Formats: sequence, C-alpha cells, structure tokens
Amino acid sequence: MPFNRKSKTFNPIGAVSFGDGERAVTLGGGNTLPLCFFDAKPSHPPAVGIEITDTGADTAGLPLLAASYDGAATLVERAVRAANLKGVDFVCLSFQGADPDGLNRSVEDCAKLAQEVAAACPKPLCIAGCKNLEKDTELFKAMGMALQGHNVLFLSAREENYKTVGAATALAYGHKVAAESAVDINLAKQLNILMTQLGIAKSSIVMNLGSAAAGYGFEYLSSTMDLVKAAALEQGDGMLQMPVITPVSTEAWSVKESIISQADMPEWGDMEQRGIQMETVTAAACLASGSDAVILRHPVSVEKTAALIAALV
Amino acid sequence: MALKGLDIFKLTPKTNCKDCGSPTCMAFAMKVAQGAIAIAKCPHMSVEALAKLSAATEPPMKTIEIGVGECAYKLGGETVMLRHEKTLINKNLYGVLIAAEMQDAAIDALLAETAKVDYERISQRMYVECVLVKCGANAARNIEVAKKALGIGREIILDCADAETAKAVVEATKEAKPVLCGANAANWEAMNAVAKTAGIVLGVSGADLNELHDTVEKLEAAGNKNLILDLGSVSIKDAFANAMEIRRAALKNGDHTFGYPSIVNLAALAPGDMVTQAALASIFTLRYGSIIVMERFGYAEALPLFGLRQNIYTDPQKPMKVAPGIYPMGGANENSVSCITVDFALTYFVVSGEIERSHVPVNLLVPDAGGYSVLTAWAAGKLSASSIAKFIQEFEIESKIKNRTLIMPGKIAVLKGDLESKLPGWKIVVGPSEAIQIVRFLKDFQ
Repeated sequence: MPFNRKSKTFNPIGAVSFGDGERAVTLGGGNTLPLCFFDAKPSHPPAVGIEITDTGADTAGLPLLAASYDGAATLVERAVRAANLKGVDFVCLSFQGADPDGLNRSVEDCAKLAQEVAAACPKPLCIAGCKNLEKDTELFKAMGMALQGHNVLFLSAREENYKTVGAATALAYGHKVAAESAVDINLAKQLNILMTQLGIAKSSIVMNLGSAAAGYGFEYLSSTMDLVKAAALEQGDGMLQMPVITPVSTEAWSVKESIISQADMPEWGDMEQRGIQMETVTAAACLASGSDAVILRHPVSVEKTAALIAALV
Repeated sequence: MALKGLDIFKLTPKTNCKDCGSPTCMAFAMKVAQGAIAIAKCPHMSVEALAKLSAATEPPMKTIEIGVGECAYKLGGETVMLRHEKTLINKNLYGVLIAAEMQDAAIDALLAETAKVDYERISQRMYVECVLVKCGANAARNIEVAKKALGIGREIILDCADAETAKAVVEATKEAKPVLCGANAANWEAMNAVAKTAGIVLGVSGADLNELHDTVEKLEAAGNKNLILDLGSVSIKDAFANAMEIRRAALKNGDHTFGYPSIVNLAALAPGDMVTQAALASIFTLRYGSIIVMERFGYAEALPLFGLRQNIYTDPQKPMKVAPGIYPMGGANENSVSCITVDFALTYFVVSGEIERSHVPVNLLVPDAGGYSVLTAWAAGKLSASSIAKFIQEFEIESKIKNRTLIMPGKIAVLKGDLESKLPGWKIVVGPSEAIQIVRFLKDFQ
C-alpha cells in the first residue's frame, strides 16, 4: 500500500519588509511549519543577516573572519564588504560602541555613522543597540529621524521603552521595529498588543523572542518558538503572527566553546572552527524551531546557513 | 491513538449483561476508554473486536532496542511531536561513518578522533554512540573493518544492501547486536532472514516514501517489527521532508507502518562539508532523526550538538541541575576568591560563562538549591544562609580554600547579615544581581 500523504498548510505568518527600493528583504509570509517547504513553497524563505559592529570585530584568533574584512578600514567599508559576502540578505549594524560602560560613543556620532552606512550599503539595514536600555532608547530615537526614508529594522523595542522607540521609528518615520521579549510567549504577545495599541501596524512589527546558544538553555527558546508558531499557524492568533528574527551571533560567540583558545584547551582544536560550528548549529536549530530570520557574524556560518535554506526550499 | 468511549461501545455486544461488573455496556466502554478497566473483562467481545482494539491501543511509535551492555540504547517510543506537549523520551544517537574501501590509516585516524570526544556535561557522559560501517564486496575486509569499529567500544551499524555479504559480517559481529541497514524493495526477504536469524534490528530504505511504506508493510506481514527507517539520501530537502512526514504520519495520522525510529546519513547529503553536516545534524536533532551519522565527529561538532541534544531532551517538568561542588575557573586555586550561585543548569552556565570571560580566577561554589534559579530557590527556602553554611561545612570548603572572601548573588543581598553570622571569619561581598555585570564586577573587584 502506498503512503497516504497528508500535506498541511496553515494560517499565514505576516510579511514584514524592510530596506528601501530595490534593496529590500521580506520576512515571514509563510503558511507551513518551520522549514516544511515541501508542504508549500514559501514566497519568502528565511533570511540571513550578517552582524558588524561600529567598534570593529574582535578578530583575535579568528583569521578567516579577519581576512573577510582585510583592508576595510571604516565602518562604511566593512558594511559594504559584509553586504557583498555570499548568502547575505541584510546587514545588522550593531552599535556596541554606544555602551556607556564601554566607548560611550555619542548618539549623534552613531546616527551620523548609520547615515553614512545607509547611503553606501547595497543591502537592507537592521540597527541593533548596545543592550543598555536608556542609551538604546536615545540611540533609536535619534536614528529614526537620521535614517528617514531608508526603512530600516530596529532591534529592539522592549516592554520598558516600546513607546519611545515605537513612536520615534515606526510611527514617525515608517521604519520597522522588533518587539523583544525574554523567551516567554505571554510576554511576547503582550508586547505585540501594546505596540499595536500604540498605533504601529502589524506589518511593521517583527518579534525577537530572545536567543540562546546550543547547550545553553536552548530548550526554552525552542519550546517558546514551538508554542508561538503553533498559536500563529494553527490557531491563527493575529497577535503572534509577526515573523521572528533571532540574533544568534551575540550568544554563539560568547560561550566558552567559541572563546577559549586552542592554547588553553588543546584537545578542542581550532577555536574559529568551534565558533563557526556553534553559530551554525544554533542558527539551524533556530530555523527548525521557527525563526524567519537569523543574524550571524562569521562569513562561513552565513554562507552555509543561506545555502542550507536554499537546499530546503 | 486513544479510542473514545463511544468507539469502544460500538464494539461491545450492547446486551447490558453486567458480566463485566459494570451496570451497562456504555458504562463499561467509558471505563475502558479511561484505562480504568481492561477490555478482557467483558467475556462476550468478538475476536475481531479485540484485534481492532488492541491495534488501536498499540503505541503510535515503537521503542526499538539496539546494542548490548554499555552500548545498549533505546530509540523511538515518542508520543508527542514537540517537547512542550509532554516530553521527548529517547534521545537521538550520533555516529560517524567508516567504509570498507577506506585505507586503514584513514579509518584508524577517524576512529581515534571519534574516541577522543568523551567528556562530561551536566552529569551526563558525552560521546559519539555509533559507528556506521559501509560494507564492500569483500567479506573478510568487511569483518575486519567492523571489528575495528567495535574496538573503540561503540555500537555499530552495518550498511550493506547485499544479503550474502551481510550474512558474513552479521555472523561475525552479532554478539554486539549491531543494526543492519540496507533492506529495500528488492532484497527485503533475504535481508529479513539475515536480521531475524541474528535477532537484530533491520534498517529499511526506499526510493521514496511510497516504496518505503510498501516494504515496511511487507516486512511487518513477514513478522518483523524490529525496524529502523532510512530517511534517504536523494537530497537535503527530501530527507528532511521524509523525517517530518514519517513522524507526522505515525503520531498524528495513526499510520502504524511508519511508527519506527529513523536513521539519516549526512555524509551522503553534504559530502566533505562539515559545517553543513553539523547544521543538518542540528535540524535532525530537533526534527525526528533517531540516529544521525556524519563523516567526522570532532570537538567542534560535538560541543554544540551534544549541548543542543541535552537541552532538547530535558523533561520540561524537571529543571536541569548541575552537581553541587567547587568549580574552579580561570585557573583558580585555594587562594582565589569564591563566588556562590545555584545548581540550576541555566544559571550555572550563564554565571560560569561570564566568570570565564572575565579571566579572573574564581572558585565557583554550587550548593544544592533544588535546581531552581537564585530568586526562586530563595523564595522556596532552598537557598538560605543556613543552607549555604551547611554546604560549606559538608564540602569541607574551609579546608580546601584558604581565601575567605565569598561573593554572593546581588539578588539575595538581604541574606548578607545572616551569612556573616553563620560564617564567622568570612568576608561576605554582595555581587551583581545580573550575570551580565559579572565581568565588570570581578575586574573592578580584583
């Protein structure tokens, strides 16, 4: 007896586009379970973003990563270089230099840098802050205006600052904004409701449900995503149908597997290879759990992840 | 698939004879549906009805046992698609591939590299459980290579599509209860005979799901329900689709023919590309691969994949715990300061990661706090000044660590006074309340 195939499609995830004109990327829009493109071909397969920081990447012990940006002196040059790497759908500009505990770069300087990058970078832009709540709020407020017309994605608005960030980016200048919650379906939904009540269109919101490296509480992230996708796809919950973006790089490149040198741990072997595998394994697990976009740092991880997505479509 | 009370009622004689002890057939059917009473209590059930009922109460996915002794594993037996629905039961296994046609030196190097990956993570041993042996035409060579694989003490999977060749290598290794892969639409009868004679699990493959379904049905009709399904090597998309479709059919659509664990050979899907193989292994760990075989398995692949598997196969109702004790970090010795945290694995990992990142030598003390996070443990009474003092006494910390500085989590700063009185001679310092502040705190503290 042949196999009785039952294909399954669901309520579609919302589609959110960012980037201006020809350089635009769309996240979401699918109506299948994560990666189940055999049930229905996706109009927009998951996207892969590459992260660069205003401070310049820490490339100690990472010769392959360093070689990718060799000779690119300024942030603009690095952004252009990153955008042209294989498999890159968008560039995530992370302003770690704004951190008051670090370089404490001024909001004005950051906004100016972002403007320069936006003018030169051939791929859509996503802007991430420095994880300091007050500074990020100020940063996004200034950048919303500075990047007017570029339709960038801001990462992220949180429960504490969604009013200011949402108003200064999505409402005032038509940018897109990610609603960040900490690995909890109820908090995610609540923030989406609050942001839509503020007047932000659903088509301007993506969800950042949090992130975790493989082995570091990843079960919480994957189960949260499983639940969110079930609510969105099967139950058609409109307040959870926004596409999901997952910043993988920051977590993957800060666990000990990726940062302990080969000298300190000879049996573990080459550090860069370990970091790439940690980043790629985590990214693949995020995609299987339902991320519509992942942000990675290493060009090899980006290329292989993008190729894997293409092979699954 | 659980039967509803009404479905069972339809199969009863509907005579309300009370022979079963229940007042009516309907009441009896309801109790059977709840599992409160066995169907055999009714003496008037027809043979067909009993057969139908036992088929319906059969678990949707069979539990398959492979290997012996230290290499004995259970596969399958899952009841839910996703871990949050209940829990996943039998974790997937990882393996490496060696082939009879490879040079001895290459095989030895590969096996040595595989054997080297052996470490402990949150009280579990992490190692590559299986070696897949791709057999060739030469029977003696197959046996020689299979014995090499057995030599590193791992479960072996024999990949051999020729029944005559398979017979010889199975005969030579059957004590280890290997898995025999290679049954297909053409050779299933002969392969079935080899597997059944040796009492081992048979791996079945097919050109597509229809052919696979068909072959499994034939094997089941021939009395073999000790099977593993090969997800195929047509393409990445095809193998992933097969994994999803097979599990969905078994658990959601009541198709018992596909209620078996699976095996996937990533070496065939992305030859020579370890990054893609690792990414695929990650996807199949989450989505329905039971045995995942790669070309190589070094630390770079093992560290993220074993961690991922450990995460995914934790019971959502039970937190992951680390063993209580002293964890020296950053080259700490008896003169280094101590930090105290809880045994909740996630807390431990975040805290230890930040301490490692600071490069400050620290003795991280982990008491038994019931596997809860800091605030939860404190609220539940599992983390208090007395429990910390008791831990320090039981683990004889004062004789092991000379430095008398103890940094406590900022979240439980209220315990400082209590701790000072319980631990005379110690300097108690309130640390940061968030892990992200640890690096800065330790650097300043130093």
